[in-house]
Amino acid sequence: MSNFQLSKRVQSIPPSAIRRFFDLANEMKDEVLSLSIGEPDFVTPWVATDAGICALEHGVTHYSPNMGYMALRQAISDYLHKRYGVYFSPKTQVLCTVGGSEGIDMVMRGLLDPGDEVIIPEPCFVAYRACTLLSGGTPISIDCSPENGFKLTAEALEAAITSKTKLLVVGYPNNPTGAVMFREDWDQIAAVLRRHPHVYVLTDELYTELDYSGKPVSSLIQYPDLAERVLYIGGFSKAYAMTGWRIGYVCAGEEAIAGVNRIHQYTIMSAPSVGQMAALDAMLHAGEQVEMMRDAYNSRRNVVCSALQKMGLPIYVPQGAFYVFPNITVCGMDSNTFCERFLQEEKVAIIPGSAFGACGEGYARISYAAAMETIEEAMVRLARFVARHAK
Amino acid sequence: MQEKILNLLNENPLLNEQEIATRLGLALEEVQSQIAIMKETGILLGYQAVIDWEKTDKEMTTAMIEVRVTPQRGQGFDRIAKRLYEYPEVDSCYLMSGGFDLMVILKGKTLRDVANFVSDRIAPLESVLSTSTHFILKQYKSNGRIFANVQSDDREAIVL
Repeated sequence: MSNFQLSKRVQSIPPSAIRRFFDLANEMKDEVLSLSIGEPDFVTPWVATDAGICALEHGVTHYSPNMGYMALRQAISDYLHKRYGVYFSPKTQVLCTVGGSEGIDMVMRGLLDPGDEVIIPEPCFVAYRACTLLSGGTPISIDCSPENGFKLTAEALEAAITSKTKLLVVGYPNNPTGAVMFREDWDQIAAVLRRHPHVYVLTDELYTELDYSGKPVSSLIQYPDLAERVLYIGGFSKAYAMTGWRIGYVCAGEEAIAGVNRIHQYTIMSAPSVGQMAALDAMLHAGEQVEMMRDAYNSRRNVVCSALQKMGLPIYVPQGAFYVFPNITVCGMDSNTFCERFLQEEKVAIIPGSAFGACGEGYARISYAAAMETIEEAMVRLARFVARHAK
Repeated sequence: MQEKILNLLNENPLLNEQEIATRLGLALEEVQSQIAIMKETGILLGYQAVIDWEKTDKEMTTAMIEVRVTPQRGQGFDRIAKRLYEYPEVDSCYLMSGGFDLMVILKGKTLRDVANFVSDRIAPLESVLSTSTHFILKQYKSNGRIFANVQSDDREAIVL
């Protein structure tokens, strides 16, 4: 036994309960069909890649300003204004980060003191809980049920808020459920937040471009009376298929950004300069490709949902992101066992729902960021597996 | 909706009507009737495979021939174009703006086949003023498809 002493904070993050499944999936990587990947299968639009190459050729290989190149911050500000009708000053309210993930970490560290409670509607992206613990906060889970389309409800939020609550984290369109919150949903959440002026909000909208609902985009940043308390996280990874470039952004009130930047400047210095240049051209010129990718995801979503319905797995039809979260209890196995046996028997990797919070037990996450042929074959195998094991 | 159907068929002409309906979240009957309409109105003319002939044993020389012609009274360029494009060797034929009039794309077995076609079929036509023939040396991309090696999926096995 080693004597190496990790900090209590790091120790507070338990190793993932599904680590064994991860190891197995990694070992079998070359022989399995993967619907287990939370990143686009498309390559980055060439207009962005070419801008990255140009940046390299022109020697844009130094630190950028801490908050990012002004041209990119301006483009982000313009984009958010056009998309949400909300203005963030590129000078003081937009901070470029190393992917959306850095933003989540910085916001948590910027806001939390030991003992502060962070409300996390689950199932959700795994980083919210981990970053809360690393910042000394206390995660408070809310179970979001499929009956409500996996959305956060005002009642559940009201019940979870205490005097210690500091932050609410919302991530819609949602990983892993594909849930999307609409204006009428946010209206009710906003009403609760007005009653509790001590609660801040981190809204992680990395998947905002991948919305198939056809309804107007809606976000908590659109409520002017809450503007001081809402911190927005966006990024290029999902919409522009730019995961490896590592560019995201935080937008919020001036004071909040100044605080977050204080951590960012000492720990990160600046987001990658080449990535920023690529992201700028993506934002300015890759709109059509984003639309093309969205249409492709939408086709795949239709194919996966139709296949799951045919094989009798109950689903909430996802409205966004690139995931479906079917209920798999019909086979009488827990999520982990289901996914492990499916991997071994049919050579397809999907993720146990329990990875995304305790209430994800009984579900599995299927990512349709994969080639249509892969998806179709995987669905044939899943139907066979379910037929074999359904009780 | 027609455009969405056409985009899918352009990507994969082997899709059947049911598959198209599922992908677009439409009723089968709706897709069937739209495809019938597009065939009737000449929007949807046929289905084509994309082939990299260079990887086969078959020799396939492609030439792009710029043709300058005198337009004919009352018929413009259409009549002379027809006299060329009716030959099965002609793969494509376009009326162009700029320094020449017709672009004729020819797919023949050999260089000799192409040369013969130009000298025997195109050049002797009365209204043809001149031709200029370019041979394709290497095909990088055609019909939106890149002919380089297929990219493999190098993503990590699991990304949460």
